[in-house]
Amino acid sequence: MSFLTYLINGLSLGSIYAIIALGYTMVYGIAKMLNFAHGDFIMVGCYIIFSVSAAMSGNSVVGIIVAIILCTLLGVTTEFVAYRPLRGAASPLAVLITAIGVSYLLENIALLIYGADIKSFSSVISWEGLSFADGQLKIQGVTIITILVSVVILIALQLFINKTKQGQAMLAASEDKGAATLMGINVNRTIALTFAIGSALAAIAGALLCSAYPSLSPYTGAMPGIKAFVAAVLGGIGSIPGAMIGGLVLGIVEILSKTYISSQLSDAIVFGILVVVLLVKPTGILGKVIQEKV
Amino acid sequence: MNKTTKSNLITYGIVIGAYIIVEILMLTGNLSSHLKGLLVPMTYYAVIAVALNLCVGILGELSIGHCGFMCIGAFSSAFFSRATENAIPTVPRFILAFIIGIAFAALFGFLIGIPVLRLKGDYLAIVTLAFGEIIKNVINALYIGIDGKGFHFTMKSSMDLGMEPDGDIIVNGAMGITGTPHNSSFTVGIIVLLIALFIVQNLVNSRDGRAIMAIRDNYIAAESTGINVTSYKMMAFTISAAIAGAAGVLFSHNITTLTASSQYFGFNASIMILVYVVLGGIGNIRGSVIAACILYLLPELLRGFNTYRMLIYSIVLIVMMIVNWSPKVIEWRKKTFGRINLPWRRAKEVA
Repeated sequence: MSFLTYLINGLSLGSIYAIIALGYTMVYGIAKMLNFAHGDFIMVGCYIIFSVSAAMSGNSVVGIIVAIILCTLLGVTTEFVAYRPLRGAASPLAVLITAIGVSYLLENIALLIYGADIKSFSSVISWEGLSFADGQLKIQGVTIITILVSVVILIALQLFINKTKQGQAMLAASEDKGAATLMGINVNRTIALTFAIGSALAAIAGALLCSAYPSLSPYTGAMPGIKAFVAAVLGGIGSIPGAMIGGLVLGIVEILSKTYISSQLSDAIVFGILVVVLLVKPTGILGKVIQEKV
Repeated sequence: MNKTTKSNLITYGIVIGAYIIVEILMLTGNLSSHLKGLLVPMTYYAVIAVALNLCVGILGELSIGHCGFMCIGAFSSAFFSRATENAIPTVPRFILAFIIGIAFAALFGFLIGIPVLRLKGDYLAIVTLAFGEIIKNVINALYIGIDGKGFHFTMKSSMDLGMEPDGDIIVNGAMGITGTPHNSSFTVGIIVLLIALFIVQNLVNSRDGRAIMAIRDNYIAAESTGINVTSYKMMAFTISAAIAGAAGVLFSHNITTLTASSQYFGFNASIMILVYVVLGGIGNIRGSVIAACILYLLPELLRGFNTYRMLIYSIVLIVMMIVNWSPKVIEWRKKTFGRINLPWRRAKEVA
């Protein structure tokens, strides 16, 4: 029974990773850049929910909506100010270092505003959860809602990408920016839209993450962000179902290794997976092999 | 004397000149004890900045886990020094500690390089980051002790070592290594820095260095001219890791309690060194040394600046990247300053 509990907890954590990884993988697929600051968007979202909920005397729904809107704006602004000028730069390192700079900037702004001490985040989900087999198997409300939300997001994104014009534009821009431009697609606006979606997802992931693990500090987003990137690589970067699978696998591995091997070494195991994947199948589980042309 | 020799000699001259000035200040008693305490850290940050610049600027691969190599160098050498504290006299022990720290860092650099250097750009950055975190995690869970029966090793807790009562726990998990002898001094630091500079500058101006830079600029073209891309990448990465290891040896022999904390070996520490490299000029070895020294001393000397230090660094990082690399800004700069021969413009044209 306890194994089942751990497995479900793993699924829940994995769903959070999956939602974050979706943001990474979409941005990477289209803009071909690693948005290092993505993890920090999560942290920003959490702090917004924290502040708004406190101001609205514990009403977290308004907090979540405000956080989603502000994170979307933050994502689009970051893209416009910091990343767009560097599109087409001679060195690929330029935009990566800029992204690291943005990540650092957000963390330090949060540090100045809220201080380094850990805030306790009150869960946005008040549901107690379900209990099976005479209370032997308890599933928390947060866990169930997290898994449901991630499934809904996955389906919605798949529909958006495959059925709408904007989604098709994203696919086209990710395949070939030049050809997409010739077909009348505004590539800059498509990339901005991708950032907007990714950042909104980060805010949702933040709400779920802090509800499940209720401690909030300026560095809250950094580690889940990096692990979600590992998940995106594991599933095959650029692939939306891949991000989902990668996230779930990573979450389960992390919880199980924390329980059965060592809580200190679980991060090392998760990152070890990344190294193994890149060695064995660098394109990930669902990734496509892209031949580099001269 | 040709141009590169001259440039190299200027770099050594700056370091030696700075050393002499500091020594004179110290002898005449014009240096506060607070400043004296900053001298050794300044040298190891300069050394690791040189190491990272070799990786980022010359090899063209972004590593954000370089503090992991520093961590390996620090722990392996501190372990050696603690274990043989009473057996070997100070000078040969410290030299051996350097050899061991550098060898371990180089070994790990080589091992990490095998999977990592098959990747490019973003992947490489994230794997080096992951690697830095793995090192930190593993060392925090590591317990090694010594007693009459020999070495004991476990990854659970200090009680699991099963030591005799007279035993000595050297590596105590998250508590790290305590009581490493304080052998690092400013003089040693400067010597290490000079050796690091000598190695890197000579590498850059050698046949191997040109091959490495050719790979950075266009690896397909480099490969088609018969350059073995993987082995040259490995070479540069391993040397870079080894130099970072040397910085770690300086670090561990300057501190009483050595722990694998995020403050010194985490992601943020690696980013700080990246800031030194970027501000000093990517690919400019001399710039790294100067930037590391100034940026390390500045916040320590200006109180109150410390709160905003990281904020300012991050903004500087973003602005520097956009000013130096954005195609539109470069075009605008060419139009506006086209006729003036600015140093960074020349550098760009050479690159």
